[in-house]
Amino acid sequence: MYEFAYHRPASLAEAKTKHGGDDDRRYLAGGMTLLPTLKHRLARPTDLVDLARIGELAGISVAGNTVSIGAMTKHAAVAASAEVAKAIPALAHLASLIGDRQVRNRGTIGGSVANNDPAADYPAALLGLGATVHTDKRSIAADDFFQGMFATALEPGELITKISFPVPQKAAYQKFPNPASRYAMVGVFVAVTGGGPRVAVTGAGANGVFRVTAMEEALKGGWSADRLKGIAVPADGLNSDIHASAEYRAHLIGVMARRAVAAAG
Amino acid sequence: MKMPVSMTVNGQKVSGEVEPRTLLVTFLRENLRLTGTHVGCDTSQCGACVVHVDGSSVKSCTLLAVQAEGSNVTTIEGLAEGDKLHPMQEAFREHHALQCGFCTPGMVMSAIDLVKTHPQGLSEQEIREGLEGNLCRCTGYHNIVKAIAAAAKVMNAKA
Ligand SMILES: Cc1cc2nc3c(=O)[nH]c(=O)nc-3n(C[C@H](O)[C@H](O)[C@H](O)COP(=O)(O)OP(=O)(O)OC[C@H]3O[C@@H](n4cnc5c(N)ncnc54)[C@H](O)[C@@H]3O)c2cc1C
Ligand code: FES
Ligand code: FES
Repeated sequence: MYEFAYHRPASLAEAKTKHGGDDDRRYLAGGMTLLPTLKHRLARPTDLVDLARIGELAGISVAGNTVSIGAMTKHAAVAASAEVAKAIPALAHLASLIGDRQVRNRGTIGGSVANNDPAADYPAALLGLGATVHTDKRSIAADDFFQGMFATALEPGELITKISFPVPQKAAYQKFPNPASRYAMVGVFVAVTGGGPRVAVTGAGANGVFRVTAMEEALKGGWSADRLKGIAVPADGLNSDIHASAEYRAHLIGVMARRAVAAAG
Repeated sequence: MKMPVSMTVNGQKVSGEVEPRTLLVTFLRENLRLTGTHVGCDTSQCGACVVHVDGSSVKSCTLLAVQAEGSNVTTIEGLAEGDKLHPMQEAFREHHALQCGFCTPGMVMSAIDLVKTHPQGLSEQEIREGLEGNLCRCTGYHNIVKAIAAAAKVMNAKA
């Protein structure tokens, strides 16, 4: 790792000041993505601003039809939350599938969403449920937040404070993990929300997470895996790498989507 | 520039001066000479470096020492009481759950956390899934799984 200075602010305001919108400064959440990146010298920030001691950023609350999860809430806490399991079981299930236990004990929802890895799990839940990303400045709909591989609507220094999810009528997530890294080769999140059926795919898109409108339209006619039969997702625009070709991923999307619809019941 | 850091390791208060980029595992191994915690990879995948920070298992190769400021850290050296091994260590010995032993400290630390978070008991599948963050190149995992199942019974009977 290259050298950097380290700050441990106790409040949101102090964190903002320490960062100052400077591109060479980075927030540090669970560090499960950032620290491996630094160890490989793939980034060279001058300063890390650790968000771990800012109490107001962590915690889960359910009010009415909304589940709110603070940015610094760990994957393990979401996976183990009785409140989340009751309101949106698919979300607790998704969190339980991220990486391994030790990664889940450190990694946070805010870090995952800010990072927008094209193979990360949470982006599929945010897009599949039509969630809202809250920052220190504004609220951003998931549909507008994810803007391509590792790209988001966040401005320099903008800090995610929490994510809010509408409670869906039903939802499920099915993931085909890469056996070595545990990241999604393909993961499909399906849900029925106030706005109708939603189908979001992670792991496959060359531009990150995306919705499959042809499947959403088909599901408007009735919630059944059979309705998705024959809907081919074009391989164009999907990732091809040593793990899987674009054609293979396109096929997997159909399989995982049908499984997810069946699992949502 | 160096920063002061202090934490409790295996019940003892320790402090030192480290660069912010110093990993917790480096602090444990080089400053405190607690070399039971191993480093087996640089991709945060192998789990040889697992320790407990404030009661939960984490990869000490993917945590800065300064992030653990004020924390309570337990390493493999902190498990036994005098000559009496922890039930998990005893079960690893009894069930021949190690060959070269490189992965063992991390396996034992992960396994203890796994048992503690499943007081109702663990199925074989839960044990195997619970070890996703720990790689072993020798044993084929079979005896490790057996050892953890046996230790879980002992630990849960005590609790
Ligand atoms: C072995 C391994 C396996 C993994 N497997 C999976 C997997 O299967 N699925 C999966 O989804 N992920 C996986 N991950 C990634 C893991 O989920 C990370 O925890 C997550 O991607 C990043 O969260 P973090 O809290 O660790 O963030 P960090 O690494 O601390 O930060 C990541 C980025 O987000 C920025 N950031 C962090 N918090 C905020 C905030 N509140 N506001 C604005 N910016 C912020 C940071 O500046 C940094 O650029 C894996 C990681 C490892 C090491
Ligand atoms: S040394 Fe391999 S995960 Fe830490
Ligand atoms: S016993 Fe050799 S790596 Fe596990």
